[in-house]
Amino acid sequence: MSNHKIDVWVGLFVLLGIIALVFLALRAGNLSSFSFAETYAVQAKFDNIGGLKVRAPVKSAGVVVGRVADIRFDDQTYQANVTFNIDKAFEFPSDTSASILTSGLLGEQYIGLDAGGDDLMLASGDSITLTQSAVVLEQLISQFLYGTAEKEGAAD
Amino acid sequence: MKAVTTLAGIGAFTRRKLVVLGQLARFFMQLLMRCGVIFQRPRLTVQQVHFIGNYSLIIIAVSGLFVGFVLGLQGYYTLNRYGSEEALGLLVALSLTRELGPVVTALLFAGRAGTSLTAEIGLMKAGEQLSAMEVMAVDPIRRVLAPRFLGGVIAMPILAAVFSMVGIIGGWVVGVLLIGIDSGAFWSQMQNGVDVFNDVLNGVIKSVVFGVAVTLIALFEGWQCKPTPEGVSRATTRTVVAGSLVVLGLDFVLTALMFSN
Repeated sequence: MSNHKIDVWVGLFVLLGIIALVFLALRAGNLSSFSFAETYAVQAKFDNIGGLKVRAPVKSAGVVVGRVADIRFDDQTYQANVTFNIDKAFEFPSDTSASILTSGLLGEQYIGLDAGGDDLMLASGDSITLTQSAVVLEQLISQFLYGTAEKEGAAD
Repeated sequence: MKAVTTLAGIGAFTRRKLVVLGQLARFFMQLLMRCGVIFQRPRLTVQQVHFIGNYSLIIIAVSGLFVGFVLGLQGYYTLNRYGSEEALGLLVALSLTRELGPVVTALLFAGRAGTSLTAEIGLMKAGEQLSAMEVMAVDPIRRVLAPRFLGGVIAMPILAAVFSMVGIIGGWVVGVLLIGIDSGAFWSQMQNGVDVFNDVLNGVIKSVVFGVAVTLIALFEGWQCKPTPEGVSRATTRTVVAGSLVVLGLDFVLTALMFSN
Protein backbone atom coordinates (compact mmCIF):
# COMPACT_ATOMS: atom_id res chain seq x y z
CA MET A 1 0.00 0.00 0.00
CA SER A 2 1.36 3.41 -0.86
CA ASN A 3 2.25 5.88 1.84
CA HIS A 4 -0.47 8.25 0.76
CA LYS A 5 -3.17 5.61 1.15
CA ILE A 6 -1.90 4.69 4.62
CA ASP A 7 -2.04 8.35 5.63
CA VAL A 8 -5.66 8.53 4.54
CA TRP A 9 -6.64 5.42 6.48
CA VAL A 10 -4.79 6.51 9.62
CA GLY A 11 -6.42 9.92 9.30
CA LEU A 12 -9.83 8.26 9.15
CA PHE A 13 -8.95 6.08 12.15
CA VAL A 14 -7.90 9.06 14.27
CA LEU A 15 -10.97 11.00 13.13
CA LEU A 16 -13.19 8.09 14.19
CA GLY A 17 -11.51 8.13 17.61
CA ILE A 18 -12.16 11.86 17.98
CA ILE A 19 -15.80 11.37 16.92
CA ALA A 20 -16.14 8.60 19.52
CA LEU A 21 -14.70 10.81 22.27
CA VAL A 22 -16.94 13.71 21.32
CA PHE A 23 -19.91 11.34 21.29
CA LEU A 24 -19.01 10.04 24.76
CA ALA A 25 -18.54 13.57 26.10
CA LEU A 26 -21.62 15.20 24.55
CA ARG A 27 -24.19 12.47 23.96
CA ALA A 28 -23.40 10.12 26.85
CA GLY A 29 -21.72 12.56 29.25
CA ASN A 30 -22.75 15.90 30.62
CA LEU A 31 -20.31 18.16 28.78
CA SER A 32 -23.18 19.82 26.92
CA SER A 33 -24.59 20.99 30.24
CA PHE A 34 -21.35 22.84 31.04
CA SER A 35 -21.98 26.45 30.24
CA PHE A 36 -19.15 28.90 29.89
CA ALA A 37 -21.47 31.83 30.45
CA GLU A 38 -20.58 34.06 33.35
CA THR A 39 -22.20 33.21 36.65
CA TYR A 40 -22.61 34.72 40.07
CA ALA A 41 -22.36 32.78 43.34
CA VAL A 42 -25.16 32.76 45.88
CA GLN A 43 -25.21 30.98 49.24
CA ALA A 44 -28.01 29.35 51.15
CA LYS A 45 -28.18 27.49 54.47
CA PHE A 46 -30.28 24.37 54.78
CA ASP A 47 -31.15 22.30 57.84
CA ASN A 48 -30.97 19.15 55.76
CA ILE A 49 -29.82 18.80 52.19
CA GLY A 50 -30.80 15.13 51.80
CA GLY A 51 -28.92 13.67 48.85
CA LEU A 52 -27.96 16.93 47.14
CA LYS A 53 -24.63 16.71 45.33
CA VAL A 54 -22.14 19.14 43.86
CA ARG A 55 -23.03 19.95 40.20
CA ALA A 56 -26.72 19.27 40.88
CA PRO A 57 -28.94 21.63 38.86
CA VAL A 58 -30.52 24.80 40.25
CA LYS A 59 -33.93 25.26 38.67
CA SER A 60 -36.51 27.97 38.66
CA ALA A 61 -39.94 27.11 37.27
CA GLY A 62 -38.37 23.83 36.12
CA VAL A 63 -35.74 25.50 33.95
CA VAL A 64 -32.07 25.01 34.79
CA VAL A 65 -30.57 28.39 35.73
CA GLY A 66 -27.40 27.27 37.51
CA ARG A 67 -25.43 24.53 39.25
CA VAL A 68 -24.44 23.71 42.81
CA ALA A 69 -20.77 24.61 43.25
CA ASP A 70 -19.93 23.69 46.83
CA ILE A 71 -21.49 22.03 49.87
CA ARG A 72 -20.01 22.56 53.34
CA PHE A 73 -21.05 21.83 56.89
CA ASP A 74 -21.20 24.88 59.14
CA ASP A 75 -20.34 23.80 62.69
CA GLN A 76 -21.54 27.12 64.19
CA THR A 77 -25.17 26.76 63.15
CA TYR A 78 -25.05 23.00 62.45
CA GLN A 79 -26.47 23.63 59.02
CA ALA A 80 -25.35 22.81 55.50
CA ASN A 81 -23.90 25.77 53.63
CA VAL A 82 -24.59 25.37 49.92
CA THR A 83 -22.98 27.65 47.34
CA PHE A 84 -24.42 27.66 43.86
CA ASN A 85 -23.68 29.56 40.66
CA ILE A 86 -26.51 31.20 38.76
CA ASP A 87 -26.19 32.25 35.14
CA LYS A 88 -25.59 36.02 34.83
CA ALA A 89 -28.44 36.22 32.34
CA PHE A 90 -30.98 35.48 35.09
CA GLU A 91 -31.59 37.90 37.93
CA PHE A 92 -33.59 37.03 41.02
CA PRO A 93 -35.11 39.29 43.69
CA SER A 94 -33.23 39.25 46.99
CA ASP A 95 -36.17 37.66 48.84
CA THR A 96 -36.13 34.62 46.56
CA SER A 97 -36.61 31.36 48.45
CA ALA A 98 -34.65 28.17 47.82
CA SER A 99 -35.91 24.65 48.48
CA ILE A 100 -34.44 21.23 47.88
CA LEU A 101 -36.72 19.19 45.67
CA THR A 102 -36.62 15.77 44.09
CA SER A 103 -37.37 15.10 40.44
CA GLY A 104 -39.83 12.24 40.52
CA LEU A 105 -40.17 9.94 43.49
CA LEU A 106 -36.66 8.51 43.41
CA GLY A 107 -34.91 10.88 41.02
CA GLU A 108 -31.96 13.19 41.65
CA GLN A 109 -32.29 16.16 43.96
CA TYR A 110 -32.04 19.76 42.84
CA ILE A 111 -32.48 23.26 44.24
CA GLY A 112 -35.68 25.00 43.26
CA LEU A 113 -35.79 28.81 43.34
CA ASP A 114 -39.06 30.67 43.86
CA ALA A 115 -38.76 34.32 42.96
CA GLY A 116 -39.97 36.86 45.50
CA GLY A 117 -41.20 40.40 44.97
CA ASP A 118 -38.30 42.56 46.16
CA ASP A 119 -36.95 45.36 43.96
CA LEU A 120 -33.36 44.57 45.00
CA MET A 121 -31.72 41.82 42.96
CA LEU A 122 -29.41 39.09 44.26
CA ALA A 123 -25.75 39.82 43.59
CA SER A 124 -22.58 37.74 43.83
CA GLY A 125 -21.84 36.68 47.42
CA ASP A 126 -25.38 37.25 48.69
CA SER A 127 -27.16 34.62 50.69
CA ILE A 128 -30.71 33.39 50.48
CA THR A 129 -32.36 33.33 53.90
CA LEU A 130 -35.66 31.71 53.04
CA THR A 131 -34.84 28.05 52.62
CA GLN A 132 -36.71 24.80 52.81
CA SER A 133 -34.91 21.54 53.52
CA ALA A 134 -35.10 18.29 51.65
CA VAL A 135 -38.02 16.03 52.45
CA VAL A 136 -36.69 12.92 54.11
CA LEU A 137 -39.01 10.06 53.28
CA GLU A 138 -38.40 8.19 56.56
CA GLN A 139 -39.36 11.24 58.66
CA LEU A 140 -42.47 11.75 56.56
CA ILE A 141 -43.55 8.14 57.03
CA SER A 142 -42.87 8.18 60.78
CA GLN A 143 -44.84 11.44 61.16
CA PHE A 144 -47.71 9.89 59.26
CA LEU A 145 -47.61 6.73 61.38
CA TYR A 146 -47.50 8.65 64.68
CA GLY A 147 -50.30 10.87 63.41
CA THR A 148 -52.59 7.95 62.64
CA ALA A 149 -51.69 6.25 65.93
CA GLU A 150 -52.64 9.40 67.85
CA LYS A 151 -55.92 9.68 65.97
CA GLU A 152 -56.70 6.05 66.72
CA GLY A 153 -55.93 6.70 70.40
CA ALA A 154 -58.18 9.80 70.47
CA ALA A 155 -61.05 7.92 68.85
CA ASP A 156 -61.07 5.26 71.59
CA MET B 1 19.00 -31.94 52.24
CA LYS B 2 15.66 -31.86 50.45
CA ALA B 3 14.50 -28.80 52.40
CA VAL B 4 17.65 -26.94 51.38
CA THR B 5 17.06 -27.81 47.72
CA THR B 6 13.49 -26.52 47.91
CA LEU B 7 14.69 -23.34 49.57
CA ALA B 8 17.32 -22.85 46.89
CA GLY B 9 14.62 -23.43 44.26
CA ILE B 10 12.46 -20.67 45.72
CA GLY B 11 15.45 -18.37 45.85
CA ALA B 12 16.42 -19.05 42.24
CA PHE B 13 12.80 -18.55 41.11
CA THR B 14 12.55 -15.19 42.89
CA ARG B 15 15.89 -14.07 41.49
CA ARG B 16 14.90 -15.00 37.95
CA LYS B 17 11.62 -13.08 38.23
CA LEU B 18 13.40 -10.05 39.65
CA VAL B 19 15.91 -10.13 36.81
CA VAL B 20 13.07 -10.18 34.26
CA LEU B 21 11.39 -7.28 36.05
CA GLY B 22 14.63 -5.30 35.96
CA GLN B 23 15.12 -6.07 32.27
CA LEU B 24 11.55 -4.95 31.57
CA ALA B 25 12.14 -1.66 33.39
CA ARG B 26 15.39 -1.06 31.49
CA PHE B 27 13.70 -1.95 28.20
CA PHE B 28 10.89 0.53 29.02
CA MET B 29 13.44 3.28 29.71
CA GLN B 30 15.29 2.52 26.47
CA LEU B 31 12.01 2.76 24.55
CA LEU B 32 10.99 6.02 26.23
CA MET B 33 14.37 7.61 25.51
CA ARG B 34 13.97 6.84 21.81
CA CYS B 35 10.40 8.13 21.53
CA GLY B 36 11.72 11.25 19.79
CA VAL B 37 11.60 9.16 16.62
CA ILE B 38 7.95 10.21 16.32
CA PHE B 39 9.15 13.72 15.40
CA GLN B 40 12.20 12.70 13.38
CA ARG B 41 10.51 9.99 11.30
CA PRO B 42 6.74 10.33 11.85
CA ARG B 43 5.96 8.06 8.90
CA LEU B 44 7.25 5.00 10.78
CA THR B 45 4.77 5.64 13.60
CA VAL B 46 1.92 6.36 11.18
CA GLN B 47 2.54 3.01 9.49
CA GLN B 48 2.36 1.26 12.85
CA VAL B 49 -0.83 3.08 13.87
CA HIS B 50 -2.26 1.81 10.59
CA PHE B 51 -1.05 -1.73 11.19
CA ILE B 52 -2.08 -1.90 14.87
CA GLY B 53 -5.10 0.38 14.91
CA ASN B 54 -6.93 0.15 11.60
CA TYR B 55 -6.64 -3.62 11.37
CA SER B 56 -7.99 -4.06 14.93
CA LEU B 57 -10.93 -1.77 14.28
CA ILE B 58 -13.31 -4.41 12.93
CA ILE B 59 -12.94 -6.85 15.83
CA ILE B 60 -13.16 -4.00 18.38
CA ALA B 61 -16.28 -2.51 16.78
CA VAL B 62 -18.07 -5.85 16.43
CA SER B 63 -17.21 -6.86 20.00
CA GLY B 64 -18.36 -3.49 21.29
CA LEU B 65 -21.67 -3.80 19.45
CA PHE B 66 -22.37 -7.22 20.91
CA VAL B 67 -21.25 -6.25 24.42
CA GLY B 68 -23.71 -3.34 24.13
CA PHE B 69 -26.49 -5.67 22.95
CA VAL B 70 -25.91 -8.05 25.86
CA LEU B 71 -25.66 -5.24 28.41
CA GLY B 72 -28.97 -3.91 27.11
CA LEU B 73 -30.72 -7.27 27.42
CA GLN B 74 -29.25 -8.24 30.79
CA GLY B 75 -29.59 -4.76 32.25
CA TYR B 76 -33.23 -4.62 31.21
CA TYR B 77 -33.87 -7.99 32.87
CA THR B 78 -32.63 -6.70 36.24
CA LEU B 79 -33.90 -3.11 36.04
CA ASN B 80 -37.35 -4.27 34.95
CA ARG B 81 -37.82 -5.91 38.37
CA TYR B 82 -37.53 -2.53 40.04
CA GLY B 83 -39.56 -0.70 37.44
CA SER B 84 -36.69 1.54 36.42
CA GLU B 85 -36.04 0.48 32.83
CA GLU B 86 -35.24 4.11 31.93
CA ALA B 87 -31.98 3.79 33.85
CA LEU B 88 -30.79 1.28 31.22
CA GLY B 89 -28.95 4.02 29.31
CA LEU B 90 -27.13 5.04 32.46
CA LEU B 91 -26.19 1.44 33.26
CA VAL B 92 -24.88 0.73 29.77
CA ALA B 93 -22.95 4.01 29.51
CA LEU B 94 -21.38 3.79 32.96
CA SER B 95 -20.31 0.15 32.61
CA LEU B 96 -18.82 0.83 29.19
CA THR B 97 -16.98 4.09 29.85
CA ARG B 98 -15.67 3.14 33.28
CA GLU B 99 -14.80 -0.54 32.94
CA LEU B 100 -15.74 -2.61 29.94
CA GLY B 101 -14.57 -0.21 27.25
CA PRO B 102 -10.94 0.04 28.36
CA VAL B 103 -10.62 -3.50 29.78
CA VAL B 104 -12.25 -5.56 27.02
CA THR B 105 -10.50 -3.46 24.38
CA ALA B 106 -7.15 -4.08 26.09
CA LEU B 107 -7.80 -7.84 26.26
CA LEU B 108 -8.75 -7.96 22.57
CA PHE B 109 -5.83 -5.67 21.78
CA ALA B 110 -3.42 -8.09 23.50
CA GLY B 111 -4.84 -10.93 21.42
CA ARG B 112 -5.10 -9.11 18.12
CA ALA B 113 -2.22 -6.63 18.02
CA GLY B 114 0.05 -7.79 20.86
CA THR B 115 0.59 -11.26 19.42
CA SER B 116 1.38 -9.93 15.96
CA LEU B 117 3.93 -7.52 17.44
CA THR B 118 5.61 -10.29 19.45
CA ALA B 119 5.69 -12.68 16.51
CA GLU B 120 7.04 -10.00 14.18
CA ILE B 121 9.85 -8.92 16.51
CA GLY B 122 10.59 -12.53 17.46
CA LEU B 123 10.91 -13.63 13.83
CA MET B 124 13.06 -10.60 13.05
CA LYS B 125 15.31 -11.71 15.88
CA ALA B 126 15.27 -15.35 14.72
CA GLY B 127 16.16 -14.23 11.19
CA GLU B 128 18.97 -12.11 12.68
CA GLN B 129 17.54 -9.01 11.07
CA LEU B 130 17.91 -7.10 14.33
CA SER B 131 21.58 -8.11 14.61
CA ALA B 132 22.12 -7.13 10.97
CA MET B 133 20.70 -3.68 11.75
CA GLU B 134 23.11 -3.26 14.60
CA VAL B 135 25.96 -4.24 12.32
CA MET B 136 24.85 -1.48 9.94
CA ALA B 137 24.86 0.94 12.90
CA VAL B 138 21.06 1.25 12.81
CA ASP B 139 19.57 1.20 16.29
CA PRO B 140 16.87 -1.50 16.15
CA ILE B 141 15.11 -0.16 19.25
CA ARG B 142 14.80 3.25 17.63
CA ARG B 143 14.04 2.02 14.11
CA VAL B 144 11.81 -1.01 14.85
CA LEU B 145 10.55 -1.03 18.44
CA ALA B 146 9.89 2.63 19.34
CA PRO B 147 7.52 3.27 16.38
CA ARG B 148 5.58 0.10 17.25
CA PHE B 149 5.39 1.16 20.90
CA LEU B 150 4.11 4.62 19.99
CA GLY B 151 1.68 3.13 17.46
CA GLY B 152 0.19 0.88 20.14
CA VAL B 153 -0.04 3.68 22.72
CA ILE B 154 -1.80 5.95 20.20
CA ALA B 155 -4.13 3.28 18.82
CA MET B 156 -5.35 1.85 22.15
CA PRO B 157 -7.30 4.89 23.52
CA ILE B 158 -8.90 5.43 20.11
CA LEU B 159 -9.99 1.79 19.96
CA ALA B 160 -11.36 1.96 23.53
CA ALA B 161 -13.35 5.11 22.72
CA VAL B 162 -14.76 3.46 19.59
CA PHE B 163 -15.64 0.37 21.64
CA SER B 164 -17.56 2.46 24.20
CA MET B 165 -19.36 4.46 21.53
CA VAL B 166 -20.41 1.40 19.54
CA GLY B 167 -21.42 -0.36 22.77
CA ILE B 168 -23.68 2.52 23.81
CA ILE B 169 -25.25 2.47 20.36
CA GLY B 170 -25.73 -1.30 20.75
CA GLY B 171 -27.43 -0.76 24.11
CA TRP B 172 -29.64 1.88 22.49
CA VAL B 173 -30.59 -0.49 19.67
CA VAL B 174 -31.67 -3.20 22.12
CA GLY B 175 -33.22 -0.89 24.72
CA VAL B 176 -35.03 1.61 22.55
CA LEU B 177 -35.59 -0.13 19.23
CA LEU B 178 -36.22 -3.72 20.35
CA ILE B 179 -37.60 -3.42 23.90
CA GLY B 180 -39.23 -0.05 23.50
CA ILE B 181 -37.83 2.09 26.32
CA ASP B 182 -38.48 5.79 25.82
CA SER B 183 -35.59 7.22 23.82
CA GLY B 184 -35.61 10.59 25.60
CA ALA B 185 -35.46 8.98 29.05
CA PHE B 186 -32.68 6.66 27.88
CA TRP B 187 -30.42 9.55 26.85
CA SER B 188 -31.37 12.04 29.58
CA GLN B 189 -30.77 9.51 32.38
CA MET B 190 -27.41 8.79 30.78
CA GLN B 191 -26.46 12.45 30.55
CA ASN B 192 -27.52 13.08 34.14
CA GLY B 193 -25.42 10.24 35.47
CA VAL B 194 -22.26 10.17 33.34
CA ASP B 195 -19.70 12.79 34.32
CA VAL B 196 -17.24 13.86 31.65
CA PHE B 197 -14.23 14.03 33.98
CA ASN B 198 -15.12 11.37 36.51
CA ASP B 199 -16.24 8.68 34.11
CA VAL B 200 -15.24 9.44 30.51
CA LEU B 201 -11.83 10.98 31.19
CA ASN B 202 -10.89 8.32 33.74
CA GLY B 203 -11.83 5.67 31.18
CA VAL B 204 -9.51 7.32 28.65
CA ILE B 205 -6.68 7.44 31.22
CA LYS B 206 -7.24 3.74 31.88
CA SER B 207 -7.05 2.91 28.19
CA VAL B 208 -3.79 4.85 27.80
CA VAL B 209 -2.25 2.94 30.74
CA PHE B 210 -3.43 -0.38 29.30
CA GLY B 211 -2.07 0.58 25.88
CA VAL B 212 1.38 1.25 27.38
CA ALA B 213 1.30 -1.98 29.40
CA VAL B 214 0.13 -4.33 26.63
CA THR B 215 2.40 -2.87 23.93
CA LEU B 216 5.39 -2.88 26.27
CA ILE B 217 4.84 -6.53 27.22
CA ALA B 218 4.33 -7.57 23.59
CA LEU B 219 7.53 -5.88 22.45
CA PHE B 220 9.52 -7.10 25.45
CA GLU B 221 8.48 -10.72 24.87
CA GLY B 222 9.46 -10.48 21.22
CA TRP B 223 12.75 -8.77 22.08
CA GLN B 224 13.64 -11.35 24.75
CA CYS B 225 12.39 -14.52 23.05
CA LYS B 226 14.61 -17.45 22.11
CA PRO B 227 15.37 -17.11 18.38
CA THR B 228 13.80 -20.45 17.49
CA PRO B 229 10.32 -21.33 16.17
CA GLU B 230 9.43 -22.75 19.58
CA GLY B 231 10.77 -19.67 21.36
CA VAL B 232 8.67 -17.35 19.21
CA SER B 233 5.52 -19.40 19.78
CA ARG B 234 6.12 -19.42 23.55
CA ALA B 235 6.73 -15.68 23.58
CA THR B 236 3.47 -15.10 21.67
CA THR B 237 1.54 -17.17 24.19
CA ARG B 238 3.19 -15.33 27.08
CA THR B 239 2.20 -11.99 25.55
CA VAL B 240 -1.48 -12.90 25.72
CA VAL B 241 -1.32 -14.44 29.20
CA ALA B 242 0.90 -11.83 30.84
CA GLY B 243 -0.75 -8.95 28.96
CA SER B 244 -4.26 -9.97 30.00
CA LEU B 245 -3.29 -10.57 33.64
CA VAL B 246 -1.45 -7.25 33.88
CA VAL B 247 -4.45 -5.45 32.37
CA LEU B 248 -6.83 -6.99 34.91
CA GLY B 249 -4.47 -6.26 37.81
CA LEU B 250 -3.87 -2.68 36.71
CA ASP B 251 -7.60 -2.21 36.21
CA PHE B 252 -8.25 -3.14 39.83
CA VAL B 253 -5.58 -0.75 41.07
CA LEU B 254 -6.75 2.10 38.82
CA THR B 255 -10.41 1.57 39.73
CA ALA B 256 -9.52 1.63 43.43
CA LEU B 257 -7.54 4.86 42.94
CA MET B 258 -10.04 6.64 40.69
CA PHE B 259 -13.48 5.70 41.92
CA SER B 260 -13.13 4.95 45.63
CA ASN B 261 -13.21 8.66 46.61
